[in-house]
Amino acid sequence: MTSLATTTAPAAPRPAPAGGRPGPRPAAGRAALLVLADGRFPAGGHAHSGGMEAAVAAGRVRDAAGLAAFCRGRLHTAGLTAAGLAAAAAHGHDPAVLDAAADARTPSPALRTAARRLGRQLLRAARAAWPAPELDALAAAFPRGAHQPVVLGTTARAAGLGPEDAAHCAVYEAVSGPATAAVRLLGLDPFQASAVLARLAPELDEVAARAAAAARQGPEALPAASAPLLDITAEDHASWPVRLFAS
Amino acid sequence: MHLTHPHDDHHGPAAVGADARRPDGTRRALRIGLGGPVGSGKTATVAALCATLRDTLSLAVVTNDIYTREDAEFLLRHAVLPPERIQAVETGACPHTAIRDDISANLEAVEDLEDAVGPLDLVLVESGGDNLTATFSKGLVDAQIFVIDVAGGDDIPRKGGPGVTTADLLVVNKTDLAPHVGSDLARMERDAKEQRGDLPVLLTSLKEAGGVDPVAAWVRAQLAAWNT
Amino acid sequence: MGIRATARIVADGGTLPLLAGDGPLALRRTRTAGPDLRVTVVGAMSAPLGGDRLAIEAEVREATRLTVDAAAATLSLPGRGGEPAHYDTALTVGERAELHWLPEPVVAARGSVLRMHTRVHLAATARLVLREEQVLGRHREAPGTLVTRLSVHRGGRPLLDGELACGPGAPGGWDGPAVLGGHRAAGQLLVVDPAFGGQPPGPRSLGPTAALAPLAGPAVLVTAVAEDGRELRAVLDRALAELTARTD
Repeated sequence: MTSLATTTAPAAPRPAPAGGRPGPRPAAGRAALLVLADGRFPAGGHAHSGGMEAAVAAGRVRDAAGLAAFCRGRLHTAGLTAAGLAAAAAHGHDPAVLDAAADARTPSPALRTAARRLGRQLLRAARAAWPAPELDALAAAFPRGAHQPVVLGTTARAAGLGPEDAAHCAVYEAVSGPATAAVRLLGLDPFQASAVLARLAPELDEVAARAAAAARQGPEALPAASAPLLDITAEDHASWPVRLFAS
Repeated sequence: MHLTHPHDDHHGPAAVGADARRPDGTRRALRIGLGGPVGSGKTATVAALCATLRDTLSLAVVTNDIYTREDAEFLLRHAVLPPERIQAVETGACPHTAIRDDISANLEAVEDLEDAVGPLDLVLVESGGDNLTATFSKGLVDAQIFVIDVAGGDDIPRKGGPGVTTADLLVVNKTDLAPHVGSDLARMERDAKEQRGDLPVLLTSLKEAGGVDPVAAWVRAQLAAWNT
Repeated sequence: MGIRATARIVADGGTLPLLAGDGPLALRRTRTAGPDLRVTVVGAMSAPLGGDRLAIEAEVREATRLTVDAAAATLSLPGRGGEPAHYDTALTVGERAELHWLPEPVVAARGSVLRMHTRVHLAATARLVLREEQVLGRHREAPGTLVTRLSVHRGGRPLLDGELACGPGAPGGWDGPAVLGGHRAAGQLLVVDPAFGGQPPGPRSLGPTAALAPLAGPAVLVTAVAEDGRELRAVLDRALAELTARTD
């Protein structure tokens, strides 16, 4: 496997730690994190339900309680795994190695296709927002798209953000997508859906921290948590002739 | 497989959608968007344009239905283009988002079509049936047609809204129905011109032979301008 | 402090140069109809208990065919100190070799905590049929905690890596609509065969809670959840019969 040689150099200067002393993280970069994590960032996420459309059709999610249970499960499985990959990419680990790791962690071909499409869409937005040689190299290496978390981590790097930031983006996307979809599919009260996300926030922080800690140890240590029902229903959903969401 | 071609000549999608050139430097196809309310005849207009233009132009269609494949199926059933020239984009229940706020999936579709069946002269991007405020992003299309119809009410042009007011071409379709639904065609045309200033308005009846010809002529003129 | 035991199998050509049980893991060479080798894991005790560290290592050398099965389910039980048990499996399959790894289910009894990791290294021309089944609790019993990870490399590249965590000690949502949805049995059947080439069987649904999916390599994975172990086995057996008919 050829590694992307250009990825060894950080694309953007990173804020230096404050003399190595423990303390609050520098606020530099926080606004960039908001730009990247914003649901309106044009990276294609709005057309994906994260498995919610299939879960609603199967009658497994009917209300806010079902949404909360779905989001918790997705957070600790697909969310954790994506966050690890994103954090590792933000560290500057070889995207080709991480993309292969993502393939192995995504047994469903429908979900591999969705992840690569979303990766390609995110990369387009990222190259416009934070032009960087690393992003160009990623586009050149994966013309059909790399897995979205790998692109997300590389984007975070280009935006001057750190691995924990990338992990936070990934875990937030893991639950915000299904929540938005549930509002549309079930006519769920949007205040209730936002309350579900707000109550999950401490767990999001926890999972992001776990993912970032694993990523620090390198690609071999990345989590591989999986959710059988998400994998099983993804194939069936992709074959529906009539559906609102791409996944 | 992706990983075995890390140095493909194709350097991925252009960073910005509106770039007039493809990554290999060639000029890309002209992109025209068709929007308008549900049932006004967008898909029928696309089908008629394809049937009229396909012999002289290389063209392809991207559909953005509320449901994934309905409009694409319509075009396939009417066999206006071979299936590899029609691509459907999922819109996550929000068709206007896919053509205006987050155009990334549509750009992928347009570029995939150019890669797969190109070179293309023209790509028609059809929006899902939506309300009067839905317009296309300039990052996605070079020009847009807004299609309304006589049966939808003759006060639509007077009400205005971004589609009616700013689209590069306003098509008032189903003029044959005007007497049946009590719509005042002359008033519609007058109101539309008032809203739109110098922007063109065409009254069509797709049911009649050659009904789409004025729209096709407008498209050809856009294409001539694009290619100079 | 629990038991530490590592059982080892080496299969080479038509022989088993190493067949060494250890502690609760007894190994028996068992008869087969054909020339292939077969080994049955005989659980001499109802291990693992909390605190135990069990391991099985199997190596199938070049051009050798081996089947490993088990006489009974593995029952995970709580230990006295409440600490987790570990059960690690390491499988190596050489060039043109074939391993059928078909153990019985792991049953997580109430109060138990078990972490399992199965690591498989396949040569590029190796074939593999591997089944894994997890059952949460004995009949009408509340489940124990079970974390199982399956990591498969083929020709040095990752092919499959997945971990399922369930039971009261698992992170939240494991029993919810994204993960198990109230089902009490989960399982996977992996078939790796270079003869699939670039065209493993296409994805398809095997009922509302099971699906067959081609991996990013010459392999297919059946993933299923079911009400109980019997129902799960029926789904996996049907898929196994179909997939092996295809490849033999």
